[in-house]
Amino acid sequence: MSAEFDITETLDVKGASCPMPVVKTKSAIDDLAKGEVLEVLATDPGSMSDIDGWASGTDGVELVDQEEGDDVYKHYVRKTE
Amino acid sequence: MSTDTPDAPADDTPSRAELAARVDELADALAEATDDDDTKKMSIIATKGTLDMAYPPLILASTAAAFGYEVTVFHTFWGLDILHEEQSKNLKLSSVGNPNMPVPNAVAALPGMDRVTTKMMERKIEDNDTASIEELLETSLDMGVEFQACQMTIDLMDYDENDFYDGVTTGVGAATALQDMADADIQLLV
Repeated sequence: MSAEFDITETLDVKGASCPMPVVKTKSAIDDLAKGEVLEVLATDPGSMSDIDGWASGTDGVELVDQEEGDDVYKHYVRKTE
Repeated sequence: MSTDTPDAPADDTPSRAELAARVDELADALAEATDDDDTKKMSIIATKGTLDMAYPPLILASTAAAFGYEVTVFHTFWGLDILHEEQSKNLKLSSVGNPNMPVPNAVAALPGMDRVTTKMMERKIEDNDTASIEELLETSLDMGVEFQACQMTIDLMDYDENDFYDGVTTGVGAATALQDMADADIQLLV
């Protein structure tokens, strides 16, 4: 685990499939303050590409890191505004 | 030589006051044109009400809302069933006309086969933890997606306006949909 950022909240969307990981990430990010980081735990392999695409196409969020574990995909999204 | 600026020169040259008024007018028009362009918009027309075809508009609507899009989904003909509280829970999958089905059309056309394929699909959806139509609809409504039920088809199908989910807009027609499409960055017919 990288220690460059502090995790404010963790969202568990394990088991959920498209489009729920992205949709729930968006809702969870809305509840955070600027600068805070959301950790998203997913089992949907498509979430690697989808959360990346969502973060680059959406204002006010930044994808800080993604990790591909054995069965869990971890995403770290920072709220930037 | 006079230092005064000539106010009304000869011939057709516009006066300074006229030019100033024209500049103000253009500045206003520019502000208006660029004003609400920040919010991206998506307009979807949903015309199908089978279990498989109900998914794409709802998945795209909720995803676009997550991207910050202002989304309108105009439901017409069988697409209305997606917004119908009762019908939306009973959407069927047709076993005929789909060459990818594991049964030949001659068998698929037998009575009760649609029920079999629908059950099969429902089980797959459940096993795969794919969101239900109801869940996607409620999520999209929470995210501010505007669902519109075409008034003409409501009347045609003999539906009641109260049959639809709370938050669904009724009393709209093709002109509303057209206006939404004209304003949208993405327009889709499903």
